[in-house]
Amino acid sequence: MEPEAAKLIGAGLATIALAGAGVGIGNIFGSYLSGALRNPAAAQGQFPNLLLGFALAEATGLFGLVVALILLFVI
Amino acid sequence: MAADQIKLALLQAHAAEDASHVPESMGHSVFDPMHQFEITRLVDIHLFGVDMSFTNSALFMVIAITIVATFTIFSVGGRAIIPGRMQSITELSYEFVAKMVRDNVGSDGQRYFPFVFSLFMFVLACNLLGMIPYSFTVTSHIAITFALAAIVFLGVTVIGFIRHGIGFLKFFVPSGIPVALVPLLVVIEVISYLTRPISLSVRLFANMMAGHTMLKVFAGFVVAMGAIGGWLPLAFIVAFTGLEVLIAFLQAYVFAILTCIYLNDALHMHH
Repeated sequence: MEPEAAKLIGAGLATIALAGAGVGIGNIFGSYLSGALRNPAAAQGQFPNLLLGFALAEATGLFGLVVALILLFVI
Repeated sequence: MAADQIKLALLQAHAAEDASHVPESMGHSVFDPMHQFEITRLVDIHLFGVDMSFTNSALFMVIAITIVATFTIFSVGGRAIIPGRMQSITELSYEFVAKMVRDNVGSDGQRYFPFVFSLFMFVLACNLLGMIPYSFTVTSHIAITFALAAIVFLGVTVIGFIRHGIGFLKFFVPSGIPVALVPLLVVIEVISYLTRPISLSVRLFANMMAGHTMLKVFAGFVVAMGAIGGWLPLAFIVAFTGLEVLIAFLQAYVFAILTCIYLNDALHMHH
């Protein structure tokens, strides 16, 4: 296989990380909503934690992007 | 400079002019979305064989620090008991970070409040400055974010050893596990501790870089689709810019809160 082709395929494979990030973000917001609907009074207090969880889950997907960019531009 | 040409080209989509600037690997795109991250030397300074040039990155760091410092100093200059709008912003941000430190580190973490506050305001100012079109996003470079994360990591580790002496190493041995599992878990704990600066820096840098690249890519769609089809990506850009401002704030918040959590680990060591 051409090294250039392998790089492109590898960069494409790295985007699979987005699947995990999608599951994570969906899980966080879904859990927050179901919890907030059960106990709306407690929902406001957990909003910072929601944002924190969102940022942490989103970052894992971006690690995949970093791998893809390293493959495309650095190696 | 080539930077200005690219910016013009972005606006007017001069395909011919672009062709000379677009790197091979970018292939068919009208312009290069990575060009906005290019560091250019504004003032050439070479001291003792080290390149210490004043770059656009350094310029935007200076701007960020100047804005934060002058704003916080002058807005509370009046010391009004009933704060005005400007004083309110400073007091709100102070109280926001103070609450973060109080909730996550505890009362003996208050002495580290100035550090967390400076860190938060610096990252926030850099992130928000980057949202201004044609400006430079300082935090979209791993060199900057890793330097910040390394300061946090080394500082927290030193604080842990000063506070607990050699007993800080017990941090890597989770309590209440079978003896047979200790060697394995110690290795895992040490690795997870050592990856902290990497995840802390890559999180901030990747978020900033990905967001700005995506905005630029969609800006390219607007140019490519023209006056008729370009409204859809334009609407997306407007919505996404709002999300990006949120993320700019959120990443500064996450950076500061993780610093607090690491500080808490070093100070209290409960596992």
